[in-house]
Amino acid sequence: MQCCIYNMAKAGLLACLTLGLGAELRADNPPMRVVSMNLCSDQLAMLVAAPGQLISVSYLAHDPRSSAMYRQAHSYPINMGRAEEIFLLQPDLVIAGKFSTRDTVSMLKRLNIPVVLMKPANSLTDVRDKLMEMGRHLHREKVAAALIAKFDADLAAIRSDNTYHPRAVAYSQGGYTSGDKTLAGEIITTAGFSNMASELGLEAGGTLALEQLIISHPDIVITSDNYPGHSRAEELMQHPALATFTKGQASDNIRDADWVCGTPHVLTAIARLKSTRELMGADQ
Amino acid sequence: MKPLFLALSLFLLLFALFISSLLVGPAGIGINDSFSGLFFGDKGPLTLVMREIRLPRALVGVMLGISLGLSGAAMQGYLRNPLAEPGLIGVSASAALGAVLAIQTGLSAVFALGLPLMALGGAFVAVLFILVLAGPRSSSITLILAGIAISAMAGALTSLVLNISPNPFAANEIIFWMMGSLADRSMVHVWLALPLMLLGWGMLATLGRGLDALTLGEDAAEALGIRLNRLRLTLIFGTACVIGAATAVAGTVGFVGLVVPHILRPLVGARPSHLLWASALGGAVMILAADIAVRVALPGQELKLGVLTALVGAPLFLHLIFKTRKESA
Repeated sequence: MQCCIYNMAKAGLLACLTLGLGAELRADNPPMRVVSMNLCSDQLAMLVAAPGQLISVSYLAHDPRSSAMYRQAHSYPINMGRAEEIFLLQPDLVIAGKFSTRDTVSMLKRLNIPVVLMKPANSLTDVRDKLMEMGRHLHREKVAAALIAKFDADLAAIRSDNTYHPRAVAYSQGGYTSGDKTLAGEIITTAGFSNMASELGLEAGGTLALEQLIISHPDIVITSDNYPGHSRAEELMQHPALATFTKGQASDNIRDADWVCGTPHVLTAIARLKSTRELMGADQ
Repeated sequence: MKPLFLALSLFLLLFALFISSLLVGPAGIGINDSFSGLFFGDKGPLTLVMREIRLPRALVGVMLGISLGLSGAAMQGYLRNPLAEPGLIGVSASAALGAVLAIQTGLSAVFALGLPLMALGGAFVAVLFILVLAGPRSSSITLILAGIAISAMAGALTSLVLNISPNPFAANEIIFWMMGSLADRSMVHVWLALPLMLLGWGMLATLGRGLDALTLGEDAAEALGIRLNRLRLTLIFGTACVIGAATAVAGTVGFVGLVVPHILRPLVGARPSHLLWASALGGAVMILAADIAVRVALPGQELKLGVLTALVGAPLFLHLIFKTRKESA
């Protein structure tokens, strides 16, 4: 940045334009030092990147509860998503989430580090799109296309045209539920359930009051795993009313890692929910 | 106003609000269904919602209100200062710190009563501090400053404990401990808080005669046979019990102990002994009304209870400061 200011002062606008053009030209070469600072882009990058191309992933990638690829992630150094440490890694591409800290992202941009922001996936189609997008950023379109082809085939194999659609609700910490217009919601419907959240107008997800859940009487409550330590948000999952309601009823538990990020790993969650649903069908 | 008439009106108001509290909720159940669900348990979802979600919420609300109103009236009577209130002087904040420590260390998981007992411990330390720092007849400014210091310290430590928790949801709960809420309380919370509260209510209720005598001054009170040391200890333990138990299950709800005695004082002829029971009932009325309002005002994303009580209480607090300043000038 200092160089840019210096040039501008010395040679006027032209120098800076050339500099900008240089950056554009460089973009044709694949980035060789890629840093990811978002849990979901971490996993997409690990899937798509060439050996040595990805040099750091976010700290959450190492957490088995949040990350479906925590084992692979252990071969990458982690970052805490702070501008200073990322700058010192001298990346030639930083991949951040759309909702990563804005200050960090704008600071990196001011330091002349190319940053791309990736939006979170909200559907299974988004999973394909994210893989392709990551392929473009890393200049690994072929690998991405192969991953997409495999994902499509696996998904097609898992899909079934059952006629019995039990009403399911995803209920996680703090009473959060996911509707049809979310990735978790689409995972639920692909597994053969009908999502109760959408009956209640929560297509995009939101907080569902416990009493509303009970009155709406879903056939199955899908919960997520608890984290270590304690929180009141998780205490809700132990509410006596919920315990009484789910007793003797179908229930399932999906790890956050299996469905928070739009990667091919969501197939694990779909397969698990599908087998639960098939058991429920057998009961009928 | 005749005490009997006041008691009766407060009771009726409380009863009406209790019934309304049972009828308000996001599930939108009709009146008939609600009551048949509550009284004739058919084990269906209606019964579950009424008995396990709405009833405990209303009960915790009443218990919280009684505790806040009663302790506010008792502290104001003893310190002879209308600004004394458990929320303002840091007792609730310290109780919250105790509760958070109990939860985050895992104590409350192995020993359920550890939660209210740790909160009691926090509240006890704070009341003790307040009485040492700002004894009877000390200036309002000393009382408020001591309260600010204790609140700030306890609040910072609560935030610290929640921030270093390995749980990703814990840090979000700072707002619950600062603002309080009755959302998703269960019968477990009722049984957890009730024993300590009953003990505390009992202790604070015996203070009436002593507080009446204290209005004549400490010497006169002693001449009337009031043992001041014992009165002080009863006040400390009673307040710690009720505020500890209340905060452990509902977080910090401020200003109730300030507003309620202030409104009711003229109605009981400024007699501290009458103000005790009147404030207990009035506190329950205020909490239930506020808790109905948070559910009606923003359904879906529930407001925290303390937001509403502060919106009512803070202007009154300013008014009281203004008034006491004028009186002392």
